Amino acid sequence: MQNKNYILQLFSCMFLMLLLVGFFQSWNLALSIFNLCIISAIMSLGINIQWGNAGIVNFGVMGFAALGGLANVIISMPPTLNAWEEGGILILSGIVTFIISIFCSIYLWKKLNIDKKKKYVITSIIIATSYFLMRYIIDIPILTIESIEPAKTGYLGGFDLPVIISWPIGGLLAALTAYAIGKIALGLRSDYLAIATLGISEIIIYVLKNEDWLSRGVKNVNGLPRPVPYEIELQSKQWVIEIAQFTNVSLPEISSIIVKLSYSFLFIIILIGILILLEIALKSPWGRMMRAIRDNEVSANAMGKNIKKRHLQVFIIGSAIIGIAGAMLTTLDGQFTPVSYQPLRFTFLVWIMVIIGGSGNNFGSIIGGFIIWFFWIQAEPIGLWLIAFITSYVSDSNLIKNHLLENAAHMRLMFMGIILLVTLRFAPKGLIPEVKR
Amino acid sequence: MDFLNGITLIANYIIIPGLTYGSQLALGALGITIIYTVLRFSNFAHGEFMSFGTMTSILLTWLFSNLGIKLGIFPTAILVLPIAILITIFYCLIIDKFVFKFYRQQKSKSVITLIVSIGVMFFSGGLIRFIIGPGDKNFFDGERFILKAKTFKALTGLNEGLAIKTTQGVTIILTILLVFLLFWFLNKTKTGKSMRAYSDNQELALLSGINPEKVVLITWIITGTLACVAGTLYGLDKSYKPFTYLHLVLPIFAAAIVGGVGNPVGAIIGGFVIAFSELFITFAYKKIFYYLLPYEIVPNGLLQILSTDYKIAVSFIILVLVLLIKPTGIYKGKVI
Repeated sequence: MQNKNYILQLFSCMFLMLLLVGFFQSWNLALSIFNLCIISAIMSLGINIQWGNAGIVNFGVMGFAALGGLANVIISMPPTLNAWEEGGILILSGIVTFIISIFCSIYLWKKLNIDKKKKYVITSIIIATSYFLMRYIIDIPILTIESIEPAKTGYLGGFDLPVIISWPIGGLLAALTAYAIGKIALGLRSDYLAIATLGISEIIIYVLKNEDWLSRGVKNVNGLPRPVPYEIELQSKQWVIEIAQFTNVSLPEISSIIVKLSYSFLFIIILIGILILLEIALKSPWGRMMRAIRDNEVSANAMGKNIKKRHLQVFIIGSAIIGIAGAMLTTLDGQFTPVSYQPLRFTFLVWIMVIIGGSGNNFGSIIGGFIIWFFWIQAEPIGLWLIAFITSYVSDSNLIKNHLLENAAHMRLMFMGIILLVTLRFAPKGLIPEVKR
Repeated sequence: MDFLNGITLIANYIIIPGLTYGSQLALGALGITIIYTVLRFSNFAHGEFMSFGTMTSILLTWLFSNLGIKLGIFPTAILVLPIAILITIFYCLIIDKFVFKFYRQQKSKSVITLIVSIGVMFFSGGLIRFIIGPGDKNFFDGERFILKAKTFKALTGLNEGLAIKTTQGVTIILTILLVFLLFWFLNKTKTGKSMRAYSDNQELALLSGINPEKVVLITWIITGTLACVAGTLYGLDKSYKPFTYLHLVLPIFAAAIVGGVGNPVGAIIGGFVIAFSELFITFAYKKIFYYLLPYEIVPNGLLQILSTDYKIAVSFIILVLVLLIKPTGIYKGKVI
């Protein structure tokens, strides 16, 4: 470890800021920022292992996080039994047929020993016919399922299991997708890979938005079950009432604080678990090999390392971590809203976190996640304050002043841009640089 | 007659919108391609440059309409375009001076510059929202249609109408003009040739006495012009909202890559390929089949390959397919 003190100082500064928010704004706000900070930190750990340790540019954070969110719906919502009777099986079998035919065409592509043009023709014929076959099988069941009480269900529902199971399942779902994406896209050059992953993540979001039978699309899935008790239940408990009396805080507020604290507790366990695993992995020969590949692919290849395989491996691991974080995020929100997945908020913000924190250093990614999320939330009040301060000598009826105050909320994009540009220019290694080993 | 009706239907819903959207994408893709070949990075901020150009056009349009200056049946935005272009170029040059220049001199890896361009994207996005606000702005004025559907029906006596919006006409004509100018510049003038030489082989170009600063300056001038025109035309045709321009970056990248990054002809072809495939794949063919086939054998359903909701996703799917099958694109890249 290079200077432990410095890292400790950074983290204590961060907590001090959160405490200040608690004292001056509200403890509820401070805790909700804290919870999202942890989730952001986990996401940036996922990107860090890909970018910082293996040099893979993954701009698909949004897609993997959304898949984690989808896992929440699939695992924890009660199944819509009518829908399953009406044609859930048909839909699944249609999709399975399509996937099998894709595998068949890949198999044929590898086995057939004919010239390339014929191969293209054959595989595209197979895929096209199986696509239309799938549409033929699933179109009508989809319509019937989506018309079953569209205001309430209109989708297949889930397995009605405890929501906490959806976190590992979210990771698994993201990992499977990452395997497919990695298989096809990892051979690309870095900026093409960035564009490809960004495009694929957009496709994932489009599917989630429009396949109502799966995720209710833009109608959102509300009321996901929670791993922690509800506020209403807490308010009738004796010990909660006692705490409220003791601290002289209103009962609703104290109950929501307790709920948020229990979320924080769960999240911290996950964060520390992932951090320990990553640290072990990166200190091991495996981590050394990853860095060797990152620094010089050709020489690592010459040493007999299978670069394609290792890249795929690290791509899957990082994406799975992002999937877990995405599942946690949806659990925290209590609802799955496909529209809320924006590349700016998910992909690019997480990238800023990694770069600011210091790519290649796990502690750096965590502190980056904390700081950037903190400012992402707090930039709005800061911006407002700044504008009010600058224009304090202008009269309140001034048009320009009002316009500026109205749009001050958008200062946060500018803040983020400036922070990123300044870091890249003057401290490209980030707040906590990579440890030289 | 039925056959003609079918043709008109396709022209109205696919060919004219496709040509318009394709031109807008082509102009955007040209900008990205030129930055890529000369300055060697993928510019994610290009969408925001387009947005910036549109914003200046809108502000100037408001100013001009307040002053009472109009352009008859054409939108005022066309009149203010030259000034907006100048302001956009100025903005690009400032960004280059304070941001990109450093990395160019450092000879940073293209990934790093890509991440830098994301910083620029954030900053410009914030600046634009700060100045004009995130809301929807419609700045179209003048005559709405060149050819109205009703007039067309009366002229030809067909069941289906063909409408051409003024913005569509203006977009196509301006694109042709701009592309013609660009190719003339790149292929016929000395400066254009020096730019091509620089993009082909930097060291050799430096040795033969080409001034790199001048090349970079001209690159940004071209990019700023293209971005401003593409953005303004897109905003005129649809409507301006800062948010949509962020999402426009990917289809534009798709167009550039499909055509072959680094090849201007490729960028143009790519733009049209993306635009037309979006429309062809999400078009409901039912009505056309009614015209072309006997009534009884037309199947039920809308006969769409993909639902209209997936319109933009189509461009990403094509992008991914091209990256998988032929990453170099239709035309092999790296020659401007």
